[in-house]
Amino acid sequence: MDETQKRKKIREIVRQFASEDREPDASESLFDSGLLDSFALPQMVNALEEAFGIKIPDADLRPRQFESLDRIETYLNSRK
Amino acid sequence: MANIEAFGAYLPARAVSNAELARWLGCEADWILQASGIAERRYAAEDEDVVDLAARAAEACLARAGRRAADVGCLIVASATGRRRIPGPAALVAVRLGIGEAPALDVPAASAGGLIAMALGNLLAPAYGMVLIVAAEKMSTLVRREPPDRNVAILFGDGAGACLLQAEGGRARIVDHVLHSDGAFADSLAVGADGALAMDGRTVILQASRKLPRTITEVLDRNSVPAADVSAFLLHQANQNLLDGVARALQVPAGRLFSNVRAYGNTSSASLLIAAAEWEEREGFRSGAPVVFAAFGAGFHWGALLAVGI
Repeated sequence: MDETQKRKKIREIVRQFASEDREPDASESLFDSGLLDSFALPQMVNALEEAFGIKIPDADLRPRQFESLDRIETYLNSRK
Repeated sequence: MANIEAFGAYLPARAVSNAELARWLGCEADWILQASGIAERRYAAEDEDVVDLAARAAEACLARAGRRAADVGCLIVASATGRRRIPGPAALVAVRLGIGEAPALDVPAASAGGLIAMALGNLLAPAYGMVLIVAAEKMSTLVRREPPDRNVAILFGDGAGACLLQAEGGRARIVDHVLHSDGAFADSLAVGADGALAMDGRTVILQASRKLPRTITEVLDRNSVPAADVSAFLLHQANQNLLDGVARALQVPAGRLFSNVRAYGNTSSASLLIAAAEWEEREGFRSGAPVVFAAFGAGFHWGALLAVGI
């Protein structure tokens, strides 16, 4: 999966669990904007694991890692 | 290993509705229900403390088992909201019940406390005979503060639950248990020196959503019991959304996870045994049917216990 495909996939997954059907800005806080609530977050993380074929360790399960599209991409890149 | 003989529970009389809470917190009652799945919680009276709550639940449990307090070989009380830091409530509960000089041990471990106490009782019953487990919390002392923390205040209530274990006989045999702790997240859910409860809800949910299904699977796998064969899952009643998430992760029907969180909110360590007492009244153990107990809470501490009906 190249970088463009990866970004597209992340956006798809975020929109799948977002409370509104809209495209968030890359740096927008998904929490502060109300797009992602506490209970959608674990489901979104599970979906990211499945889509990118990774297992996120418990130590990395901190909301900040998944707060925006940019942060999600940064975290996934760190797992290469 | 020990057997489960009976459960008991006590809920304070005063029910606090979402409408009452909403007036205090300046929010909508519907928002509280939507965010938490909680419609009501109980608050203990001003002069009622965890010793009072614990004693009432213990008496209910002993009555249900047809046992006398004097027969108890060991008492374990899980509570993190006692009136005093030292001594913990266990010794006072023992006096109140008339247990005598049997050891009375405190487990101040918040939401996982009821499960930890059951696991310890499971290990101690062969040595002490009848072990009485009690979990009691007066969470209202932590959340009824000014200014209130809305996200915390909507969740918690007061109550107590109890469980009587013994080396032989009873209604169910405890087959196995697992306990885990990870202090790396200690700040995510904590009561500080000022007595205020601080909670990073997203971290708690994210971690609990992962650790609860995994610890349940751990205890089931090592005893070769498929999740689909478990007749009931009795979990710490944190909120309905978390219970539903655990059911999804285990791929079992949501109804298999007993829930009374709508009626009582999150009563921390007490919730597991209050749930067990209500479940026992409505359904109860069936011969050969596996039942799982599980909890997750501040620490983080978490674990699961597998019992099979006799």
